[in-house]
Amino acid sequence: MSDEDLARDERVRKWQQITVISPYSRELGLRLHQTEPEWCVIKVLPDARLVGNPAAGVVHGGVITALLDSCYGLAIFVRMDKLRPMATLDLRIDYLKAATPGREIFGGAICYKLGHELAFVRGCAYHDSPDDPVATSSAIFMFTGGPVIALDDALAALQENRP
Amino acid sequence: MNVHAVVTAARASRNWTPIVELVPYACFLGMRLDIRGDQYTACMPFDQKLIGNPAIPALHGGATGGFLECAGMFYLLWHMDSADLPKTINFTFEYLRSGRPEDTYANVFMVKQGQRIAHLRVEAWQSSPDKPIAIGHGNFMLKPAPSAQGNP
Repeated sequence: MSDEDLARDERVRKWQQITVISPYSRELGLRLHQTEPEWCVIKVLPDARLVGNPAAGVVHGGVITALLDSCYGLAIFVRMDKLRPMATLDLRIDYLKAATPGREIFGGAICYKLGHELAFVRGCAYHDSPDDPVATSSAIFMFTGGPVIALDDALAALQENRP
Repeated sequence: MNVHAVVTAARASRNWTPIVELVPYACFLGMRLDIRGDQYTACMPFDQKLIGNPAIPALHGGATGGFLECAGMFYLLWHMDSADLPKTINFTFEYLRSGRPEDTYANVFMVKQGQRIAHLRVEAWQSSPDKPIAIGHGNFMLKPAPSAQGNP
């Protein structure tokens, strides 16, 4: 493994600790896959509790909403390389086709415009490639009041708070 | 599983739990339906697992979003005769206020009911329906039951 690969894995490992701060992300079992500013990827594993239509065994759209919402937050943080309090303002999803039952689903996102008050993101959910998406989506996030924290400082704070 | 039979039985017994049980993800969210006469309300009781940002704390946008979508789908099941679960074509969420760690309710408005597609607006609220925390609107592909087809 090259130094570059090791550094990339280390970044994923760091951001994973941030993702699991959210109880809902933990509950869904969201796992970070890639944290590059041009494309952040989170995956969700097959889980019987997350099915929308048992006859078809297809995952519920709400799971894709949560996956992409989480991925958008990550994409904005990764682009800033900092954590900053923010909230989803608007999010839209188009469901292009049913997800394949029993397969893991990837959510990919990019923050394509980072402003002072707003961040614009787009992304999609897919199995094999973003070129063959299950769902496409875009969203706008609004920064809220509160401190801006560098990733390493946030991780250090997490360590301190750990019992 | 026969969706039409489950809905028919729920209408007769006025026990709406079996409708929620048609959708495992709705059970995961702990959803309940409260239907009195023609007043339809969906409820997502608060649970720690629904938190997205523990610092505020606030509900996860994905939890609120999934709740809005499920509330819309159950409304369609209750409101019309479906052979299968309606399919979401697209959905847009506007997040207006932070979701506090308490029970969330949703009311559904049929904006347009077509032959194949219904357009819904779903409003989620906590303290008062006048102060929605999120509004969703989306198109659903309908799956009318054979007996209902051809009706106006």
